[in-house]
Amino acid sequence: MERSRAASIESIETAQPSLQAGLRRADRMRKLRAFGLVAPLLAFLLLTFVAPILDMLRRSIVDTDLSEVWPHVTQATRIWTDRSKLPSPAVFDALAADLAGSYRNQTLATAARRLNYALDNGRSLVFGTARKLPATSGDWTSTLKQIDPRWGELKTWAAIDQASGPLTSYFLLAALDLNKTANGSIVGVAAERAIYIDVLRRTFIVSFAVTILCLILGFPVAYLLATQPPRRANLLMILVLLPFWTSLLVRTAAWIVLLQEHGLVNDALIWLGVIDHPLRLIYNRIGVLVAMTHILLPFQILPLYSVMKGIKPAYMRAATSLGASPTEAFVRVYLPMTLPGIGAGALLVFILALGYYITPALIGGAADQMISYFIAFYTSDTINWGMASALGTVLLVATLTLYWVYNRLVGVTNVKLG
Amino acid sequence: MKSKTAILAITAAVIMAAASVSAEARDLSVVSWGGAYQNAQKKVYFEPFRKATNLPMTDESWDGGIGVLRAKVKGGNSTWDVVQVESDELAVGCEEGLFETIDWAKIGGQANYIKSAVNKCGVGAILYDFVLGYDTTKLKTPPTSWADFFDTKKFPGKRALRAGPKTTLEIALMADGVAPKDVYKVLGTKEGVDRAFKKLDTIHQDLIFWKAGAQPPQLLASGEVVMTSVYNGRIDAANRDDHRQFGISWNGALFTLDSWVILKGTPNLAAAYQLLNFMGKAENQAKLPEAIAYGVTANGANALIDKARLAQLPTAEANLAHAVEINTAFWLENIDRLTERFNQWAAK
Repeated sequence: MERSRAASIESIETAQPSLQAGLRRADRMRKLRAFGLVAPLLAFLLLTFVAPILDMLRRSIVDTDLSEVWPHVTQATRIWTDRSKLPSPAVFDALAADLAGSYRNQTLATAARRLNYALDNGRSLVFGTARKLPATSGDWTSTLKQIDPRWGELKTWAAIDQASGPLTSYFLLAALDLNKTANGSIVGVAAERAIYIDVLRRTFIVSFAVTILCLILGFPVAYLLATQPPRRANLLMILVLLPFWTSLLVRTAAWIVLLQEHGLVNDALIWLGVIDHPLRLIYNRIGVLVAMTHILLPFQILPLYSVMKGIKPAYMRAATSLGASPTEAFVRVYLPMTLPGIGAGALLVFILALGYYITPALIGGAADQMISYFIAFYTSDTINWGMASALGTVLLVATLTLYWVYNRLVGVTNVKLG
Repeated sequence: MKSKTAILAITAAVIMAAASVSAEARDLSVVSWGGAYQNAQKKVYFEPFRKATNLPMTDESWDGGIGVLRAKVKGGNSTWDVVQVESDELAVGCEEGLFETIDWAKIGGQANYIKSAVNKCGVGAILYDFVLGYDTTKLKTPPTSWADFFDTKKFPGKRALRAGPKTTLEIALMADGVAPKDVYKVLGTKEGVDRAFKKLDTIHQDLIFWKAGAQPPQLLASGEVVMTSVYNGRIDAANRDDHRQFGISWNGALFTLDSWVILKGTPNLAAAYQLLNFMGKAENQAKLPEAIAYGVTANGANALIDKARLAQLPTAEANLAHAVEINTAFWLENIDRLTERFNQWAAK
């Protein structure tokens, strides 16, 4: 590095024509050095942020579980063209070969799991048939139908065909409460299983409500912080930051103690004579909103505070001296100047709220679980990663769409983070 | 420079030697759930086994998950031999060929164990229950069945169930008059599922759902609920450690087992069987429930357990009489669909 700079200086002194080349080289070196400095962060981001998201998107549409363990039948379903009739005997032969093969290789569980997603009792169909499968048969079509009549049903074959991969729309459709029928048309799933649109709506409603509450509660606090003399402001700031530094789980548990039926809040209200019977404050939507608002409040206060700190009091004084009432001065002069802070805080709170999991799980009722609850369920409880990825993809797309709308309305350049 | 290279070379050689030694002949390794439970196991199983056989042995803990076992076995060079697994992992792992098929002759024969402890790929280690728990200081007449759990006139107040369909639907059916032994037969039909949800409808407004096993005792202690479904071990721990006076109704208890399995392809197969045999002996098992309220699986172990303690265990004859085993195969097949349905119901 040092040598190259020396060399470039030398070249400037000795040979005029190569001056430009030398400058270019120095410039290139500087750019390279700058890139070298950000390279670790870039690599880190690629590895921990971009790659997992891409992998999630991939998993929501790639579906090779079945084709890996049942190579024959997943190939053979391609010749099944007339979807109003059962596939030809060749396809049944392929199924029998795969059933026997995967039973031998102990990969049947994978096939059973995959078929079970789209087929009621698919697991027992696969395992039951494999256990009863004879070594040879002259006519596999009738043998298989004899073992289990469901092999003679179109929807069984539609499920196999849909799971044949390598790409599938099954998970994404299911994440939107949709389903593909045997003849390829897309319909809604049975009403008793249609939950994900509701859950998505619920996720956005809760996040939106929390954002509004944080703004209403955070704005006066930020204003107070920005206008107090430094010593008092610092003390108040510590009160804002202290909970911010406390673990999420601890704060969630603390809200359980406060809000439960015989908790501090209810006991205090009864003692004061405000109410006769304890209020339902927990294991419902109220508890979720209270706890999440409290936990996310600093994310609204801090950006607002930093913006308000930069607004000179002279503006307000100028407005009043020009005849504006205090309210008018606030609404027309002060408020517009805080918009970047409002925008930044609201965006932070909203995006963070979308992914909340532990707090609704512990404080909410069964009807308050947000989409991450179901992503966690499919990721770790039933290991259905296709479904988990599809729900994640739906959430990502919905969030990006909202962000786009937000950008159109407010403009992201008007946002000041911190 | 030269000396540095030499040091590096020696270090590498030592590491490789250590690695190859551990790959060929490593100590028997047993894996369980950690915490107070594994400490109890250490005291009654692992330490005495080491003393009795002089076999070098280590014990580790894990948090479950079939993916972990899959990686250990399929990845080759597994460092675990004997693992305690839940019923789901036992069923799935057995289907995928992750476990050795148990040679019962080497561990005292099938007749040595209670029936539900015998499985193709595993031997039951402990038996524990989902029971109806309540606070005896708050309920003067004790509830005696799941029907009482649903009777909000006789027992006013909130109740708690596990968030999710597993155990919740079984409980609803038993409350609706289905005999414990018929629960899964009924639940296997669409009408049965409808019936369970219809029963849940009757106390929808009075239900709270818990997610973590530590929540139910807390809900009882704070007076948030009058009754809850709960793991029997949690009630026992609250009574013994926090001096609570929680009661249990064993009527319609839902039990399940954790099992010992041997990971496929272990180089320590003989030692693993020796350990299973040691842990399968009634006289050794009888010492475990003193520390923790789980039932044990060897026939004859109950006779060696203190009478008063036995009455608090899931395996006491009276407690097992009206209990039903959670059907793993049913839930493996239906958990996704019924979870969706459960959440659809809950959002009503």
